[in-house]
Amino acid sequence: MKEKTDVLQGTLALMVLKTLDVLGPLHGYGIARRIEQISGDLLAVNQGTLYPVLLKLEQEGAIASDWGTSENNRRARFYQLTREGRKQLQVETQDWEQTAAIIGRFFDVKAEDLS
Amino acid sequence: MRTLRRFLTRLGNFSARRRDDERLREEIEEHIALQTAENLRAGLSPIEARRQAMLKFGGVEATKQEYRAERGLPLIENLVRDLRLAGRMLRKSPGFTAVAVVTLAMAIGANAVVFGVMDALILRPLNVPQPDSLYGTEYGVDTGFQSYPNYIDLRDRNRSFDGLAAFTFAFVGLDTGDNPSSATGYATSGNYFDVLRTQPYLGRFFHSPDEHGRNSAPYLVLSYAYWHSHFQDDPGVVGRAVRLSKHPFTIIGVAPPDFRGTVLFVSPDFFMPIVNQEQVNGENLLDARGNTHGVFETFGHLKPGVAPAQAVADLTAVGAYLEKTYPKEFAQKTFSLPRAGLSSFGRAMRAFIAGLMILAGLILLAACANLGSLFAARAADRSREVALRLALGASRTRILRQLLTEAVLISLVGGAVGLLGSIALLQQMSMWQPFPGAPIHLPVNPDATIYGVALALALVSGLLFGIVPVRQVLRTDPYQIVKSGSSGRVGRRITVRDALLVVQIAICAVLVTSSMVALRGLARSLNGNYGFETRNAMLINSNLAMAGYSGDEVPTMQKRMIEGMGTIPGVEKVGLVNEYPPLVYAAGSRVNVFKDETTDLRPSNVAAFPYRYDVSPAYFQAAGTALLAGRDFTWHDDKNAPGVAVVNREFAGKLFGSVTNAIGRYFTLQDGKRVQIVGAVENGKYLSLTEDQQPAIFLPAVQSPLSQACVVVRSSRDPQQLAAAIRSKLHELDAGLPFDLRTWNDLLVVTLFPSRVATVSLGVLGAMGAMLSITGIFGMAAYSVNKRLKELGIRMALGAQRQEVLQAALGRAFKLLAFGSAAGLLLGILASRVLASIVYGATPRDPLVLGGVVLAMSLLGLLATWIPAQRALAIDPAILLREE
Repeated sequence: MKEKTDVLQGTLALMVLKTLDVLGPLHGYGIARRIEQISGDLLAVNQGTLYPVLLKLEQEGAIASDWGTSENNRRARFYQLTREGRKQLQVETQDWEQTAAIIGRFFDVKAEDLS
Repeated sequence: MRTLRRFLTRLGNFSARRRDDERLREEIEEHIALQTAENLRAGLSPIEARRQAMLKFGGVEATKQEYRAERGLPLIENLVRDLRLAGRMLRKSPGFTAVAVVTLAMAIGANAVVFGVMDALILRPLNVPQPDSLYGTEYGVDTGFQSYPNYIDLRDRNRSFDGLAAFTFAFVGLDTGDNPSSATGYATSGNYFDVLRTQPYLGRFFHSPDEHGRNSAPYLVLSYAYWHSHFQDDPGVVGRAVRLSKHPFTIIGVAPPDFRGTVLFVSPDFFMPIVNQEQVNGENLLDARGNTHGVFETFGHLKPGVAPAQAVADLTAVGAYLEKTYPKEFAQKTFSLPRAGLSSFGRAMRAFIAGLMILAGLILLAACANLGSLFAARAADRSREVALRLALGASRTRILRQLLTEAVLISLVGGAVGLLGSIALLQQMSMWQPFPGAPIHLPVNPDATIYGVALALALVSGLLFGIVPVRQVLRTDPYQIVKSGSSGRVGRRITVRDALLVVQIAICAVLVTSSMVALRGLARSLNGNYGFETRNAMLINSNLAMAGYSGDEVPTMQKRMIEGMGTIPGVEKVGLVNEYPPLVYAAGSRVNVFKDETTDLRPSNVAAFPYRYDVSPAYFQAAGTALLAGRDFTWHDDKNAPGVAVVNREFAGKLFGSVTNAIGRYFTLQDGKRVQIVGAVENGKYLSLTEDQQPAIFLPAVQSPLSQACVVVRSSRDPQQLAAAIRSKLHELDAGLPFDLRTWNDLLVVTLFPSRVATVSLGVLGAMGAMLSITGIFGMAAYSVNKRLKELGIRMALGAQRQEVLQAALGRAFKLLAFGSAAGLLLGILASRVLASIVYGATPRDPLVLGGVVLAMSLLGLLATWIPAQRALAIDPAILLREE
């Protein structure tokens, strides 16, 4: 059986930001669910690890949270992106794309290209 | 920016923990509820749905832990928690805590006190601008003394100093109009204040242009303290006329409050120009190049860019010039540049204080070793608890941190207590005046440096002894311990604890040895043979110049005083000695003596360099010095008679082979005067109790009278009872004569002061060492008895005798004690060589000292093992074995 990837905290934070950016305010479960869905179940998080990340982002001011009511009519904590968070997402997206592009080029290199 | 924001939020969260925990709990619950609902929709049974949801979420406790770590400041939170736990643990064992705190308080307190003294006398420079470039010029090896003409040449011919100043001490009668009192001050060169770059607090200072030759500058600058105590801070003193030893002077200024002269431990009452010193000394030293007591110390700021070595070369060149120009009066000696402030006392003081500091450091080390073994024992007792915590998932770092927190907490409390004690002691010391009437005091002043040092020492020692049980904890195997209980291994060969105890006992034995050596030395110096008898002898110390006598009036008056004292009933013998008798106020000037046949009186031809005392007839009888051969002086050995001398046995032996050979022979003094030896007296001590036997010569005082002299009054009964009679007799002779009446023994206090201080400080440190070894041995013995109660019980049940039980319980402690003491004794003997320079007759090769140390250490051992031994003997095997 293939081991499910253990997500690095930083990556997880970026995923959280992107999810909130696309879907708007969500509670913790919702965020976990979406990430799981989008990553095609490959990334079934040890869902608990999400909460420390959420807290860290909130402390950094990237997201804000408030109590609200969930779909099954229970009190739930809803998270949403702040302006600062949007900026942070932009910057980090760029960084990530750049890194991905560089790594991609390295993978594309064949032996004859370097001769 | 982001990090700062997080930090601030975390800091805020630090206080709001409970509410946040609640929030997380709610969120987790909600999360799991939603997941369960989802799983239900997917068709799972309710129980399975919830189980799957929980599985997917992962470890709830781990999440909480991580969440908390993310939220607050775990380091500080843990620290607070550790501190709380440490506090609880320490409260639970008050005995242990008290012993530890007291041990450390003593050790750290001792260090703080010694450091305070060191700070005041050695580390801190003089309180003047730019003290770093201020150097004294020391000439020769014995003292910093100079003659005034030499000083003038040094001042004018050197190229290294930015001005060279000089001063000497002046003892005067200061008369402000109503009550004359004696005061001590500095007679300084005119440039003194300018060289020091200080400014007056009030009025003005005197300067070089004020000097116009002998007795030309009758100006007086008061020290702030004297102005405060004797003139009640009256700003109107400037311009006031006072009389200094009957001569009119004008007060021109007051020195600033923080300026207390240029010798750290002498605070002068006043400053006067040295050109006027004849008026207060009654003797003109300004032209006496050969008299090297005219100036106490010369000093100045080195010019920028001049290194001390260059300055020494420069001074040596001046010395070479002086030797060539004044071959009779100047002999080149080595120059050196000590820091200004301690003058020639610096070397001995530095050595002594450094020695004390080392001993104090050893005390602290011993205390750390002591506490280290206590902590190790404690950690061993707590191995079960530690194992349990490890098994529950605590990391070893976490446990070590906890143990260290406990150690540091103890050390901080101990340090604080020790510091408080040392501050109180230092304050006492700063008020202390060791010699009544002399302006000598210790300028100690507890300040931030001392607090800092105490804190640092506390932290370092806390870490030092806290680290001892680390290995033990790191090697703990929770499985083994939880399974088998903590009774574990006893018979291991050599443990860290044993080694620590040996080290500690060795250190303590060193301290005990040194203090015994010092005590023994002091006892010897008190009962030693000085070459005179101080008991039943009073000294009348007076300076006739203070009462206005001069010229021939001086010897006449002195003879009248001697005769007057002789008429008092109960007085047996009366004699007089110029300046002071041997061993009082370091009196004893040395002179060059040449053989009779030597004609070229240059320094290289000197045959002996004896102490010289000028005495009256009957002085030897009054002083209790035995005449070995020949005759005493008579009143006929006066100015018109040929020069005669009485010499001591050492001098006679050195120049003529024996006492009998010496009588009737001649020697020559520096001024060319031929002197015949008419008598010989026993050897004695002259300058200090620790000196090697020195030659001495005695000349008739009437042939070279001096206004400063001491009359020695020997009586058959307690001299104190004669004091009133002596006073009224003196009053009868001259009502206006200032004098100081003391027993000879009282005045010896000054001479004995260094060895007294050494003995007291070493005694205190030795007592501390003894106490530390008691607690150390006690701890070890009590612990080992405690550990082996069961085993001992079984032995007793099987029929072991008391002796065997004791052997089993305490044999090890005694072995360690013997081993440590032997090592310490050896080290102590080596260390005592240092003591020999301070304490008279300090030799460790003294059977009494060796025996004393062995006895003391065995007594300490007995004392410390007494309670554990009782405990071991009181074991009732029946009860003990039933318990477990």
